[in-house]
Amino acid sequence: MNQNITLTINNREKTLSIDVRSSLLEVLRDQLGLTSIKQGCGVGECGACTIIIDDEIIDSCIYLAVWADGKSVRTLEGESKNAVLSTVQKGYVDEGAVQCGFCTPGLIMTTTSFVEKNRGKEISREEIRKAHAGNTCRCTGYQTILTVAEKCLEPGKEPEE
Amino acid sequence: MFPLQRYEKADSIEDAVRLLSDNPEAKVISGGTDVLIRLRDGKKAYNQLVDIHDLDELKICDITADGTIRIGAGISFSEVIASDIIKKHLPHLHKAAETIGGPQIRNIATIGGNICNGVTSADSASPLLASNARLIIQGPDGKREVALSEFYLGPGKVALDQSEILIAFTISKQDYSGYSSDFFKYAMREAMDIATIGCAAACLIDGNQLVDLRLAFGVAAPTPIRCSKAEDAARGETISEALLTKIGDALAEDVNPRTSWRASREFRLHIIRELAERVIKNAIEKAGGTLT
Repeated sequence: MNQNITLTINNREKTLSIDVRSSLLEVLRDQLGLTSIKQGCGVGECGACTIIIDDEIIDSCIYLAVWADGKSVRTLEGESKNAVLSTVQKGYVDEGAVQCGFCTPGLIMTTTSFVEKNRGKEISREEIRKAHAGNTCRCTGYQTILTVAEKCLEPGKEPEE
Repeated sequence: MFPLQRYEKADSIEDAVRLLSDNPEAKVISGGTDVLIRLRDGKKAYNQLVDIHDLDELKICDITADGTIRIGAGISFSEVIASDIIKKHLPHLHKAAETIGGPQIRNIATIGGNICNGVTSADSASPLLASNARLIIQGPDGKREVALSEFYLGPGKVALDQSEILIAFTISKQDYSGYSSDFFKYAMREAMDIATIGCAAACLIDGNQLVDLRLAFGVAAPTPIRCSKAEDAARGETISEALLTKIGDALAEDVNPRTSWRASREFRLHIIRELAERVIKNAIEKAGGTLT
């Protein structure tokens, strides 16, 4: 049940032959080796498989790979440029918002999307909590993660091009 | 890999109806947040799919010349939340959309799917019911319309034939103009949770008179329901705390919650009454009314 799809992955256009029964998670991990994407619950509850598609975060475990045809996909692998971490990635390091690391790639994509949409706006900690409610972390607790988002929203934290 | 036996992507509503008519075993997939999980669980009923994901025809959200609000079945809850029309005219629906799942789910789950899967806990059902939403459905013989209140047949059962597609919800001007509304979802967690009880109310007031009340619940019965007894008790009455008590008393005849692992029937009855009073009060106060 194969079909060709053409999509942009981390700024590179690719045409892939995929099985229509695959989730996008399976295609990105198994065919392209983008193993930052984790399968946690497999039912869209934990957010470990979060990626950005056309500027919106989704759970790639419950997203058919065929739906990505013609779209632009961002995963954690594309966030650091020339071995320099993105503002959000650096924020996670600086705050120590990582412990076992399993949820981190998904959380970083959630924070990245949130920060890009809300930079320069007045945002409460409650709004940050709500925006991260689809990602579960079982070890660090969430306070440091919320602080990363808060700090990345501060003026002067725009990514360098 | 999802255990799919057959998969067909529709390129239009018409195409989807034809594909469904050609294969009586086929079911519709749109956002996929329910269907893919059932499929993953090995439910054979979902192993032949017609895909209507991202169909532009289902993505409308506008107001027609006669003031009718049209909400396409394929818009995601994030799109519902972002809609200025819904925020302005249907604030209860806006609020309900904000309570669904988490951000990733809201970006993909559709309002049409929330209603068509027929569950009583659908967060968008009570606000749509409170606003007398109607459904526009397309099948092999053309389009038909049905009131949402007649769409629910039982738990998980809706009046949608296998070969039909829900295209859009419509809410006529007389059903939102002048009404103020509110919604509350009671759940154990603030995110990623199924409602223990969901409540929506729309009120039309004139001075200190409650001209009209529309009250709807999710999880208060096997399907989402409107509360005709409570509404009758409220219509035309003077706004007061005593009226809220009267509505709460009448409500007992409208609802029939069950005991599940989430909550007991008794606890749900308590929450139903509490939410009715709170949500109606908020809606009245939003309209500038005060409770004496």
